[in-house]
Amino acid sequence: MEDKTRADLYTTMVQIRAFEEAILADYHADKKPAWDIGAGLIPGEMHLSAGQEPVAAGVCAHLDNRDAVTATHRPHHFAIAHGMDLNKLAAEIYGRETGLGRGRGGHMHLFDPMTHFSCSGIIAEGYPPALGQALAFKRQGTGAIAVAVTGEGAANQGAFHESLNLAALWNLPVVFVVEDNDWAISVPRAASTSVMSNADRAAAYGIPGVRVEDNAVEGVYDAADEAVQRARSGGGPTLIEVHTLRLWGHFEGDAQAYRPELAEVPARDPIPTYEQQLIADAVLDETKVEELRAEARQRVEAALEFAKSSPTPDPSTATQYVFA
Amino acid sequence: MTTVETTRRLTGAKAMVEAIAQEMERDPSVIVLGEDVGAYGGIFGSTTGLLDTFGPERVLDTPISETAFIGLGIGAATEGMRPVVELMFVDFFGVCMDQIYNHMAKIHFESGGNVKVPMVLMTAVGGGYSDGAQHSQCLWGTFAHLPGMKVVVPSNPADAKGLMTAAIRDDNPVIYLFHKGLQGLVWMAKQSRSVGDVPAEAYEVEIGKAAVVREGADVTVVTLSLSVQHALEVAEELAAEGVDVEVLDLRSLVPLDRDAIVASVGKTGRLVVVDEDYQSFGLSGEIVATVAERGVALKSAPVRVAVPDVPIPYARELEYAVLPRQDRIRAAIRKVVG
Repeated sequence: MEDKTRADLYTTMVQIRAFEEAILADYHADKKPAWDIGAGLIPGEMHLSAGQEPVAAGVCAHLDNRDAVTATHRPHHFAIAHGMDLNKLAAEIYGRETGLGRGRGGHMHLFDPMTHFSCSGIIAEGYPPALGQALAFKRQGTGAIAVAVTGEGAANQGAFHESLNLAALWNLPVVFVVEDNDWAISVPRAASTSVMSNADRAAAYGIPGVRVEDNAVEGVYDAADEAVQRARSGGGPTLIEVHTLRLWGHFEGDAQAYRPELAEVPARDPIPTYEQQLIADAVLDETKVEELRAEARQRVEAALEFAKSSPTPDPSTATQYVFA
Repeated sequence: MTTVETTRRLTGAKAMVEAIAQEMERDPSVIVLGEDVGAYGGIFGSTTGLLDTFGPERVLDTPISETAFIGLGIGAATEGMRPVVELMFVDFFGVCMDQIYNHMAKIHFESGGNVKVPMVLMTAVGGGYSDGAQHSQCLWGTFAHLPGMKVVVPSNPADAKGLMTAAIRDDNPVIYLFHKGLQGLVWMAKQSRSVGDVPAEAYEVEIGKAAVVREGADVTVVTLSLSVQHALEVAEELAAEGVDVEVLDLRSLVPLDRDAIVASVGKTGRLVVVDEDYQSFGLSGEIVATVAERGVALKSAPVRVAVPDVPIPYARELEYAVLPRQDRIRAAIRKVVG
């Protein structure tokens, strides 16, 4: 793999992490001393994707703005990797009028026509609309594809199986991505899923299934390269499962008492690991790493500044946008 | 006498098909998909002939996977297509309701108006032919209760065509509920008004505008779908007894033409609501509430004729006892006119 590609993958992951660290700080800062989920600068549930950056970085490296991404309730890493405007993303999370959905959506319901990005707060239910996007792209002849993301827990939902079958049957340009972070909230994969790997389930629908182990960003990149090319060239769908890591809780405020391996989790953070690898391979050096991190933080600071200085929606407009 | 060339008598089903075909002709982004919509032509005749005319690229038979193919319609709509998706029986919505109410109906709102979902979800409603509790419901009140989708319900072939045309051209998701008893199917007992005059050219019936289908002075019957035809039959009978019944066909639940309800009830001072959906927490309550909220002076208490909160029974005697058929409508009108 070229040095530039490796550096880009790293940069994308760092950008995502910088964004989520900033969100995390604001989210928690104003919820103390008494925890009130609806209070503060960022109200509501917050599902951060820290640890899962390799999946988004590796997949989205092959996409451009023509391509659709349908993400989950944990959507920020894919949103950023797919090139969403950070200002609009931040403003939506902060519930501002300048946000993607003018403050109507919130962090689980991001819709960006510029990058064909959408996500769903209901597990597995982002898969079916991706089929329709893929069908539209095929008919429009643009060469665009749809990427649909879900978690390993959602792979036991009917929508997952119906979608794999229909996409295979109609040879749609879709890449299905399963993020296996081992935990469906508090239920371990072993207690929810009858097979060792969801990639094995692809065989039931006659499509290729690939599992990437160890949260390896370059492994994701390679698997996605093949899958995206297959989809773009009319070869139909692929299922990619990535064994990834939920670094933090299911939602912010989740004490994770159910998680026996919690103490070992920080050591599995994919970003320092990849960083050390790139330094060892002389792709990056300490100075360059610092520079990339600083740039990422600056972009985030600007986005958060934009969000926090943006107006909140006028309550008298609360019933707008139900209909076109 | 000269013949009006542009008007023919069509069944409800043929009127629907004509609307879809004309829109497919006009707009290449219109596609049709669902179970048995291809060679079969739709179990209730809603897509008959479309496959022959437009081919399998635009008329797509789907697997029995309502979640996947309704969601597919959503995704295609957000990318600029105009899918007409059939859910065979409305009773099946349980297996795909998430796509309908959490996705199809909410995306425009959640996106702050930036993403449109111009799709039609058409589905068959209604009982009266002993198809039992899981194949005879109307359920339109359920969809109307959930914000973000228009809900239209034609009562005759001309409206079936005009409302379908309007639904396809609408930039919003539209649920189009057609009554099996109005389709004019060869395998169902004929409702005399399931065949009617239909203009040949394309036209829209405005969604959200009710129609006074019979003017009268003594009592307003607010209703929709097949019940409009039952109400008209009863109104004609009662005219002979000197009771002058006005029949208001709502045509759509969302938007609901509240002004038309208030105007009619304001004129007659008496209200009967006829609704083939379940009675409690539904359309009939909404109509009565509208009249109460708008302060319309009534000469007698309103009466609702709806399904009395029981699943639709199989045996004909039981089913006819719970459906809002002519006998119950007649009794309700007699009661309010005292």
